[in-house]
Formats: sequence, C-alpha cells, structure tokens
Amino acid sequence: MTDSVLNARADARARGGQTSEWMPYLPASSSPYRPPGVEALTWAETVAPGGYTHKVLARGTRIRFDDPTGDACAHVIVYNALETVERLNLADTVKIPWQAYLGAGHPLLSGDGRVLATIVGDTSGHHDAFCGTTTEAWNQRKYGDARPEGPSPAGRSLFVKAAAKHGLAPRDLPPSVSFFQGIRVDADGAFVWRGSAGEGTSVELLAELPLLVLVANVPHPLDPRADYVVGPLRVHAWRAAPTGPDDDRFQATPEAHRAYLNTIDYAEARGL
Amino acid sequence: MTSSLALDWSEPLVAGEVVLDDRVAPNASWSAVVRAGHVLTIVDVGGNQSGDCLLYNAADTEERYSVPDTLAWQGNAYVRTGTVLRSNLGNPLMTVVGNEIDRQDTIGGACSKESNTLRYGHHVMFHHGCRENFLSEGAKHGLGLRDLVSNLNWFMNVPVEADGALGIVDGMSAPGKRVAVRAETDVLVLVSNCPQMNNPCNDFNPTPLRMIVVRP
Repeated sequence: MTDSVLNARADARARGGQTSEWMPYLPASSSPYRPPGVEALTWAETVAPGGYTHKVLARGTRIRFDDPTGDACAHVIVYNALETVERLNLADTVKIPWQAYLGAGHPLLSGDGRVLATIVGDTSGHHDAFCGTTTEAWNQRKYGDARPEGPSPAGRSLFVKAAAKHGLAPRDLPPSVSFFQGIRVDADGAFVWRGSAGEGTSVELLAELPLLVLVANVPHPLDPRADYVVGPLRVHAWRAAPTGPDDDRFQATPEAHRAYLNTIDYAEARGL
Repeated sequence: MTSSLALDWSEPLVAGEVVLDDRVAPNASWSAVVRAGHVLTIVDVGGNQSGDCLLYNAADTEERYSVPDTLAWQGNAYVRTGTVLRSNLGNPLMTVVGNEIDRQDTIGGACSKESNTLRYGHHVMFHHGCRENFLSEGAKHGLGLRDLVSNLNWFMNVPVEADGALGIVDGMSAPGKRVAVRAETDVLVLVSNCPQMNNPCNDFNPTPLRMIVVRP
C-alpha cells in the first residue's frame, strides 16, 4: 500500500534491515568479514560484481582487498586527497622500482616523486600495471553491451562516476592498476594471460598520504572468457601507521628511500 | 656509451606534400595539430634521442592518448609498425605507418624534476625534465597537469625482462632513423625533446629532432 504518504513511508521503512551479498557495513567494525586481528575498522564493504566504490582515507590507513571467489578484479586509482592533481602515475610506478610486476613492498607512486600508497601485503601476486581497465568501446566489442546501467559496464564508465562524486572530471582519470587478475610480458612483448591466483587471496595497501581511492570491480580487459565474469570484492580499512624509518621497506632501495623522504617531507610541511 | 657528432636530418618517411617542417632544438618542446590523414615523420637527427610524446583529440582534449588502451587492444607491450595509438575511449588517434628501429617505447613514461630526485638523488632537482616541457608546451593549448598521462617515447629502449625487470637501456636508434605516424582524426601532438642527463635515453647527449608533416 503506497497510496498515501503515510503508507508509502511505512512501505519504504519496511524495506530496511535487510542484507545483500554486496553492500557496505555500518558501522564498519560490524562487518561480518572483519579481517582477523583488526578491531576498529574505518571502511567495510563488499563491492558488487560490475560495481564501484570510492573513499577518502587518512594517511596511515591500511586498506585490504579480498577476492573471495577468485573472480574479482580490483581496478584502482589513488589520488592525494588534498591535491587531486597528484595521482597515480603508472609509468613512474614501474620505472622507478625497475620492476613491472607488482607485489609486496612495491610503491604506488604519484607523478610528483612521492608514494601515495605501498603494497604491504599480497597473497595473490597476479596483478597488472599495463592494460588498465575497460572502455565502452572495448565492452561493446567484447560483450555487445557497454551501457553503464547495463549488465556489462566498462571500468572507465564506473571511474567517471566515482570521480564525479569527488568533483573530478574525466581528465582527472589517469591509467589505473588492477589486482587479482594477472598478465606477464613475453620476450616479444606479447601479453600472456595468467588470470587469478585462486579464491581467497588478498592485497593490502598502506596510505602514505591522505588518499582518495577509486575502485572499479570489472573483468580485466584481457580476460579470455567471452562472458562478463567477475566476482564480489571485499574492502576493509583501518587506522595504522604510515611507512617510517623503523620499517624495513623505508630504506629497502635508494629509490624507495628518497620517495618516502619526499612523502614525509610533504606530510610534515602540511602538518599531517 | 658513444656520442655521435654526426647529424642526419633525413627526409619524410612517407611521400607527400610537406605542410610543416620544424626543427626541435635539444631540450626544447614542440606541438602542432596534425590533420586527419596527414603523416608526421619524426627524425632522430643525432641518434638515440628520446622524443617524449603525448596525443590529444584536437577537437576535445579530454580524449587523449592512453597507454593501457593502446597496449591492451594490440596485446603487446611494445610499439611497432601497425600499432594503433588509441585514446582513453579506445578510439584510434594515430597509427604507426613506418618505423626504422626494432621497437618504440610507451611504458617508460616521462622524466620530471620530481621523479629525478627518486632515481638519481636530490642534487638533480634543478635539472630540466620532460614534464616541465609538457607543462610549458601544454599551457599554450590550455592543458595542465591534469592532462598529463603516460606517454610515448620515440627512439627510447625500455625492455621488460622475464622476471618483470624493466628500465631504460642503451638505444637501438642511430642518426637519421625515423618513425612515421598517420593521424586518424585531427590530433594535437605534444613533444618534449628529452633533456635527461642521467640515463641513456638520449645517449647522455641531447640532440635535435626534426618534425615533418606531409599530406600524402
């Protein structure tokens, strides 16, 4: 009965209290999937297949992505939340560490010589810093449908909306990185599909600056399956400490050392 | 490391009526709109001189060159003859129609004052860099830092090894070697003649580039 305001209100309110396979959990610490050993969460969510999420996080936040089914693909862009013109620079992220394959200890660098986030945990090892995410042109060709509201939205379409919710335009979208579906480069340069490491893997990022994080959970562009196959993605975050001189990774390489010095210099100057 | 004093200004790689013929001094930047169907030849005049390059749809610069789209569509990390240089919407901006070295790079990115401090130390902060060139040249077209994305590096050599190791190594080019790209729509081309003095992307010896646009 929705024939009056009172009845409509009663009808709407009766819909509350239900659960879904994909939803945010509030308060975050009430998440049914709270990572072991973590008490107070600041972000907890299961991102739908074909869905997206976004969050502004404090410096020192630890972010954990879980792939419960082996079919998630977390396409991620990170920004300095205080100056979003500083954002993920994938070329610097692979060139400066002299390594194209991402894994634990790898910094996600901005174009400004600083570490936006560090990969501090990784049980998957199947990631990609080359192919970015999907476009409407790609999904139209591959799946025959790329409508943002349809069954096979492109990663870029989701990033456009996520960015817009922070006042950002398409020109603010740099190439993204993806976790949980991997590729390798053969001697001739050809991409070799590795796909998933299986169900139950996780990746943890540490925010080295205040971060805006955009996440799109869509199939990797080179996923060989003809159907739009993607699983749910769990996201949890909690307060921790940014990388500092007491951490082994602080001086693991001369490049990383100077990147952390630049990052701490910025943070201290801003009073963070 | 060898420095060649020989300069070879060469000629267009594709025949046609010359509509633009510019010489880009060492360390300098350059830009032009290449009309649909026209072919831009870039000449590596001194040999192993990286020409960092960004492309924009001249009618709507929000559509711009995309490394991941270019690589994913062709399934390969290197740029060679036939590579379609795609936009962030997946559309063709330009096509490589001629190439006189084994492969061209698009994964090494651009040098900058800031990233130089990570790679070489804080003492190089006041060295010139390609991001500086992109900013000053882009400003002529209303483009700023938000418009800078991962770029092409003509004549630069960045191999990816089996274990994922990657880096800028000695070039495979030589004086007079060329690459030619055909515009598939009207394209704004931004080039930084790389001034980097701390790695072999220009043989530690910045030299000129020649940019020739022909109407075939």
